[in-house]
Amino acid sequence: MSFLLEPLSYEFMLRGMIAAVMVGIVCAVIGTFVVLRGMAFFGDALAHTILPGIALGYLISGNAREVLFWWALGTAIVASLGIGAISKQAQLKEDTAIGIIFAGMFALGIALISTVRSYAVDLSHFLFGDVLGVSTQSLWLILIFGGIILLIVIAFYKEFTTISFDPILALTLRLPVNLLNNLLLILIAVTVAVSLQTVGVALMVAMLVTPAATASMLTHRLPVMMILAAGIASFSSVVGLYLSYYFSIASGSAIVLTATFLFILGFLWKRTKSI
Amino acid sequence: MYPQVIHQTDKPILNVQNLSVRYNGRIALEDINFHLHVGERVAVVGPNGAGKSTLFKVVAGVLQPNQGEVKISGSNPLVHQCIAYIPQRSQVDWSFPVNVADVVMMGRNAKLGLFKLPSKKDWDFVNHVLETVQLNDLSKRQINQLSGGQQQRMFIARALAQEAELMLMDEPLTGLDTPAQESLLDLLDTLKGQNVTVMVATHDLEQASRHFDRIMLLNHKIIAFDKPSSVMKTENLLQAYGARLRSVHGEENLLALDDSCCDEEHDF
Repeated sequence: MSFLLEPLSYEFMLRGMIAAVMVGIVCAVIGTFVVLRGMAFFGDALAHTILPGIALGYLISGNAREVLFWWALGTAIVASLGIGAISKQAQLKEDTAIGIIFAGMFALGIALISTVRSYAVDLSHFLFGDVLGVSTQSLWLILIFGGIILLIVIAFYKEFTTISFDPILALTLRLPVNLLNNLLLILIAVTVAVSLQTVGVALMVAMLVTPAATASMLTHRLPVMMILAAGIASFSSVVGLYLSYYFSIASGSAIVLTATFLFILGFLWKRTKSI
Repeated sequence: MYPQVIHQTDKPILNVQNLSVRYNGRIALEDINFHLHVGERVAVVGPNGAGKSTLFKVVAGVLQPNQGEVKISGSNPLVHQCIAYIPQRSQVDWSFPVNVADVVMMGRNAKLGLFKLPSKKDWDFVNHVLETVQLNDLSKRQINQLSGGQQQRMFIARALAQEAELMLMDEPLTGLDTPAQESLLDLLDTLKGQNVTVMVATHDLEQASRHFDRIMLLNHKIIAFDKPSSVMKTENLLQAYGARLRSVHGEENLLALDDSCCDEEHDF
């Protein structure tokens, strides 16, 4: 028992645990739509694209995470709508266009951050997360914005489901399909900003996609898939943080590795069931 | 957000005038004129890429025409929720985690309105339409465990849940075996009594002439639109299908069609 309780006697561990669980739940719920709509690459690109925004905030206002959250949030919203608009242009194939932009923006972000002499530690926090460095103020931001995302998903659940399954039906029902699509892009953007501190931009896509994909192998019902994905993600966050504490593994990668391990278990279970 | 429109019953359910649609400079539909009365059932027949899907999407208000206009009971399609577009089965993500009842309930989204969950009355309605299409036993089944015919009947149930008055079905018979095709066509016949107007895109000329009041022969333009016996003439078919139609003996009733494949129309 003390094995489980001891880490929680540290306040930074407790804050990190709460933050990681909330981020896990939000990523899993939004990630369900990301998986069903085949937007994994979009999510990955979006996470990387916000780096120059964070870098700019870092150069202007220093490395206070609560301030950088707002820079990340602003950049993510602009980037999500921008990428959304680009993917509608028919000049280049969608994934090529997104690939060019996200790699370029990512490079710009690294370039900007590297102008600061002692950049290496901060850069690695942006890339891979720093969940044990979550301040009380950051935790509140994560809880409030995470809560808003969950409320909006619940409020528009049936509309989001309809535009994801059959956009033409949604149009003939005269739902505001464009508005709903953009709302979903913004929700993904806010999720990215909220998750920045726990998993970082480089591993973000894993939190969006892996728990939802695992859940999709275990059920054929969307609400069940969302709840399962949220459960898998919170479990991964908690287990990941303990692994990080006892084996001194970087926290973000410990969380993602746990989620990946659960995916492999789910995959094998599904295989044996279908034989 | 959810328009409610009173239908002008003295107007045709569907009236299409001078309609033209272009895609990337290519003509998909040109100078289309026709109207349908309430309760009619019409087959739209033509080769692949003839513009059948495009016509349906313009009628549904999903796609805007370059020229001309579409009127549903006297007004723009965009103010109507009573038009159901039933997609080709190949266009549907069958692995989506929903069951039959979930999909049919999606048809009631507009009637439900924002922020409202389906009530007992809505579920009763869904069960009722599932009974109409004889899928009530399968209501809890995941959609990729349905046969092709059952998938089509599920979408008809969804259109009924939507309280559709104009049903546009894109190649519903493609890929079904003959018994499934016949039972689907029988189902459309039983819907006749409910004043639902039906347009069905199909490749099967013979079935079209047996089951539909009128046939529209389409190849970018309307080549013929009349009762089956008047449409199914060698010159019309040659005009619609061109070189793909081979006249085996040159006698009537002996036409071989080289267009039985079922590629999707890549025009949308």
